[in-house]
Amino acid sequence: MSWRVEVDGQTCIGSGMCSAIAEGYFAVEEGVSRPLHSDVEPNDEVVDAAESCPVEAIAVWERASGRKLAPEE
Amino acid sequence: MTTIDPTPRTYPFNTPDRLRLDPFYAELRRQEPVSRVRLPYGEDAWLATRYSDVKTVFADPRFSRAAAVGRDEPRARPTAQQTGILTMDPPEHTRLRKLVAKAFTARRVEQLRPRAQRIADDLVRGMHRKGPPLDLVEEFALPLPITVICELLGVPYSDREDFRVWSDAFLSTSKLSAQQVEDYITQMRGYMTGLIEQRRAQPAEDLLSALIQARDEQDKLSETELVDLAVGLLVAGHETTATQIPNFVYVLLTHPSELEWLRNNPDRVPDAVEELMRFVPLGVNAAFPRYALEDVELGGVLIRAGEPVLASLASANRDESVFDDPEGLDLARESNSHIGFGHGPHHCLGAQLARMELQVALGTLLREFPGLRLGGDEQDVVWKSGMLVRGPQYLPLAWD
Repeated sequence: MSWRVEVDGQTCIGSGMCSAIAEGYFAVEEGVSRPLHSDVEPNDEVVDAAESCPVEAIAVWERASGRKLAPEE
Repeated sequence: MTTIDPTPRTYPFNTPDRLRLDPFYAELRRQEPVSRVRLPYGEDAWLATRYSDVKTVFADPRFSRAAAVGRDEPRARPTAQQTGILTMDPPEHTRLRKLVAKAFTARRVEQLRPRAQRIADDLVRGMHRKGPPLDLVEEFALPLPITVICELLGVPYSDREDFRVWSDAFLSTSKLSAQQVEDYITQMRGYMTGLIEQRRAQPAEDLLSALIQARDEQDKLSETELVDLAVGLLVAGHETTATQIPNFVYVLLTHPSELEWLRNNPDRVPDAVEELMRFVPLGVNAAFPRYALEDVELGGVLIRAGEPVLASLASANRDESVFDDPEGLDLARESNSHIGFGHGPHHCLGAQLARMELQVALGTLLREFPGLRLGGDEQDVVWKSGMLVRGPQYLPLAWD
């Protein structure tokens, strides 16, 4: 039951919201965020980070079902 | 390292002229992308004008807003802001920002669109009743965003005459005296403190109540931070959008072929809003300097630790290495990577809300007013002066 996390580097503006909300899951380097792990165990903070991204550059999927968990469409 | 002129230039370089961006920025981008400037107040600064350098100043953690506190920061107004979210760096900044970020996500904002549309429709009905010519600012541009932020935050709309006056204190450079600025800020904070007490006693389904809960039940922010944040949301939540609506309409009216194209392609209003965000230099000058925390090379010059750097969003948005025909308005522009809402940690919290309101505003005005035009001469438009932002304070409109 793992999740897949992606950051769209083209959209990302390096706000740092994700790395602050979900510590240990994102790193912002040279103004662009990337996920530290593409596979993560289910965790509310990761969904929180995706929901709080000012430009919705983060997407979280349930790997098994392929269902998008955040941001909600 | 590039040779730079060590004598600081007076900045802004010229008196602002309507929405015209000073052509000197283009010269600086070519010749001296990071240059020395002297503002009306505070110490001398560096000014970055190229897109990539501007993004670096806003997003690179080696450039700090918090380090401006206690310094004589370069600025266009007598008083420097010493508290609030705009004087913080991560992680302190993020602690506050994440308390409100969820109320401004694209998804939450989309839920507010039908309500914003109803407000706009009501205002347009009132405008049709009165008939042309009338002032877009008073009749539409101010009441739309004020109503939206009042409902979202939980501020009574009936108090708008008061907080509108006080709000100017946060954007005045020379419009108000130093004493007025101080008085208005005190009154605004007093007003918000009273409102917070009311909500504390009687919580409601609004952002203010949610922030009070975050303070009282989870101790996530101090009482001062709560007041500052609420005041910031109220001011920033309406002033800029209320200024951009008439700015956008003015630009469209002075670019008739683009206006005609948009009328024929109403589904492209979102693209038009992005292009107008790029094209309109909302700020009179670059503001909110960042201080270098260590020596940083930027645009070919060495910024020493402790030196302040201003970065011009308006200049970045006209960078010819990023945008084709940057001085031209092209509402159909694709993959528009403008930074009109800023960049990095302080990227406009309300960007999605502003986008939605601007889309609703333009879409509604174009649909409801065929033959929309200036209700008088160009000289009849009254422009703000002595403020950090540019825009009409009176924009007379007429229609068929």
